[in-house]
Amino acid sequence: MPSARSWRAYPQTYRLEASRCSGCQKTFFPPRQVCNACSGREFETFRMGYGGTVVTHTVIRTPGDQFQGEAPFAVGIIAMDDGPKMTTQIVDVPLEEIRIGMKVKLEFRRMYAEGHDGVIEYGHKAVPLRE
Amino acid sequence: MRDVAVIGVGMQKWGEIWTKSLREIFVESALLAMDDAGIDKLEAMYVGSMSPGLFAAQEHIGSLLADYLGQAPIPATRVESACASGGLAFRMACMDVASGMHDIVLAGGVEKMTDISGGEATFALSTASDMKWEGTCGVTFPGLYAMMAVAHMEKFGTTREQLAQVAVKNHANGSLNARAQFPTKITAEQVINSVKVADPLNILDCSPITDGAAAVIVVPADMVKNFQQPGVKVTGTGHATDTIALHDRDDLTVIDSARLAGEQAYKMAGKTPQDIDLCEVHDCFTIAEIMVTEALGFCELGGGGPAVAAGHTALGGKIPVNTSGGLKSKGHPVGATGVGQVIEVVEQLRGQSGQRQVKDAKVGMTQNMGGSGGSSVVHILEVM
Amino acid sequence: MSVGIVGYGAHLPRRRIKVEEIAKVWGADAPSYKKGLELLQKSVPALDEDTITLSVEAVRNALTRAGGIDPADIGALYIGSESHPYAVKPSGTIVAEAIGAVPSCHTADFEFACKAGSEAMFVAYGLVKAGLVKYAVGIGGDTSQGAPGDALEYSAAAGSAAFIMGDDPDKMLATVDETYAFMTDTPDFWRREHQFYPSHGGRFTGEPAYFRTTLGAVNGLLEKANLKPEDFRWAVFHQPNGKFPARVAKMAGFTEEQYDVGRLVPLLGNTYSGASPLGLTAILDVAQPGDRIFMCSYGSGAGSDAFVYTVQDRIREVQNLAPKTRWMLEENTIQVEYGEYAKMRRKIRLAGE
Ligand SMILES: [Zn+2]
Repeated sequence: MPSARSWRAYPQTYRLEASRCSGCQKTFFPPRQVCNACSGREFETFRMGYGGTVVTHTVIRTPGDQFQGEAPFAVGIIAMDDGPKMTTQIVDVPLEEIRIGMKVKLEFRRMYAEGHDGVIEYGHKAVPLRE
Repeated sequence: MRDVAVIGVGMQKWGEIWTKSLREIFVESALLAMDDAGIDKLEAMYVGSMSPGLFAAQEHIGSLLADYLGQAPIPATRVESACASGGLAFRMACMDVASGMHDIVLAGGVEKMTDISGGEATFALSTASDMKWEGTCGVTFPGLYAMMAVAHMEKFGTTREQLAQVAVKNHANGSLNARAQFPTKITAEQVINSVKVADPLNILDCSPITDGAAAVIVVPADMVKNFQQPGVKVTGTGHATDTIALHDRDDLTVIDSARLAGEQAYKMAGKTPQDIDLCEVHDCFTIAEIMVTEALGFCELGGGGPAVAAGHTALGGKIPVNTSGGLKSKGHPVGATGVGQVIEVVEQLRGQSGQRQVKDAKVGMTQNMGGSGGSSVVHILEVM
Repeated sequence: MSVGIVGYGAHLPRRRIKVEEIAKVWGADAPSYKKGLELLQKSVPALDEDTITLSVEAVRNALTRAGGIDPADIGALYIGSESHPYAVKPSGTIVAEAIGAVPSCHTADFEFACKAGSEAMFVAYGLVKAGLVKYAVGIGGDTSQGAPGDALEYSAAAGSAAFIMGDDPDKMLATVDETYAFMTDTPDFWRREHQFYPSHGGRFTGEPAYFRTTLGAVNGLLEKANLKPEDFRWAVFHQPNGKFPARVAKMAGFTEEQYDVGRLVPLLGNTYSGASPLGLTAILDVAQPGDRIFMCSYGSGAGSDAFVYTVQDRIREVQNLAPKTRWMLEENTIQVEYGEYAKMRRKIRLAGE
């Protein structure tokens, strides 16, 4: 992905900035310009916490070219404790142990790099919550 | 608005067509449709194609294909809604004729997918997802549908075996279709033991990478007597969108775009699910057929798995689904798929489907879907 | 006014590989590494972990322990590493962006073999002491590579530690009471541009390099601070293997009780710029108010930075606010075999590479 395309999303990919509709309180990640629940156009920005719950999941065994050499890896939809849902990899856990309802925490990780000379894209992946 | 009918269909065998280019496979099918209708001039054309740019390094294909079909300077439009591009092109053609703008309009679809590597094709298809917020984590289309399957299995108890039964049924149907890419019967054991792609989906749960094209000719219903084939009337059409990011949906176990497009089409045609004699649905993955048969009301929510296991959706069942073999067996050249579905229903309603003919078929339905359900296009067609 | 650590945090990759697993691939003698160098296993970063990702997690833990300071008040952020992911493009900007310290923040990437992390701490401390910034972050982190089969492969590990320096008396966890730096030009370990793996001087890395430099700094600091080894409850030294820090501690007059908590290397490997800083986090995790801590880093090339800290009352309130280093080291782990290790460390050449 060309550098400008990833750069303009750093508030979201690096800091998990989400938005809350001032009209109906619905939360969005990434932020939107129009609320799809109440058509509101006023939002407040907030930083999500790192906690969430696995809503569904799979194991990718035949990835696209950008993820060559990384399979198998798990991907899931995470319902963040702060409202929005997001799709991301679930890492540092045996693939067969991932379950719907599993509590996870987001960690800062490399998402992918464009070839050997492109920008490295950073973001967040989920790891099982262990205390 | 005028009533609209289909009076010509054309489709060559789908598969890995190494010797022919995108324009050649399209022109072949378009000429078959024009010959079927007995015409050699069009007034307009709509071509569904998801990504000729990524698959074949060629954009601007509306004009290219009109030219190579010998129809330039007619208006020619490429229509894109990911894997629902073909169904949407058909809808655009119907709306064009219904509006009175044109009388003889071609609706086609084409995708040339084997000129790039499997990994490149996986990437090209993944651009139908939300690339920034789904694609950057490495999720693929099989992965998105696999996540729907996991949620569906958790909520309704849908089983691995039931998923396999979709593939078994569709390959049995496809084995009766000379134009299918993989016209071979398979067993549930083969599906369950095939190579894993995205758990729980295996390679035999997935539709293939396919080169192919399809075309139909749409005219005003009151003109069908001028043509050689019996006309098939388009009595209902529906088109609905949803979030293209799967994670933005409240319920991952219902494909709302299919449900809403179906409701529109049923209402317009004055039909209910019980009135449908056969349906072509978008079985890009086995779980998709299960979820779409539920969304279109052929069974209750969660009933899709038991329905296929009981044979209700097989040839001779209560509601035969994917008599053509579906995307699974017939192939899935993404932009052509929706038009191919219309061709199957038209031929069934004409009584031209040979060994896989549904007896006394009077009302047929198609459902074509983009992405993980970010768009759905539904049509109801009836004998005249 | 005292300046010192107001927040600290560590982060380690979860994967570990045992010395035996590496030794069996190369037909090497595992007991000689285990007994001779006191190395049992090392941490292995995943494909998606690098110095930046480990450091972001470490700084977030430090911010948690700093008790609600505004990241915008962080006026400087320095990250020391010999494995910055980019050859040209700073690591610090990414870390600062990820914690919300931009744009009013001075940032630089440091490089001085294994000393770069303590350097970052040294400069961060200095800027706060000079009154130029309210808070400054010093980070030491690495995902070091050892050439397959080389002695370094048994120890080159990954981890990061971060320290927020400040002067708020009500946030103080440990004051910095004295510092000292010792440095000469000694080429014991290096990596030329475009080389993937470093080179080293074998036994030359020991006596004339690590021991001479470390002892130079230890003695210099003790003299400057007018303190003796027995004045300290804890001590932590650079730890390229298990043996060196134990030996240098003994030579300097420190005891095993003083250095054992901070000597993570037998289970962690050598985290290079993260090594003595991570040892310090393990000590802070268990330290009591009033404890005095001695720290001395070492970086090939060669130099040492040495610090005297005194632990403050607030330490008890923050030790449990973020994952403790020993817990990450000993409990939250996944053992891998050489094949997965080779995949994770990109030692396998893929199609198109
Ligand atoms: Zn709202």
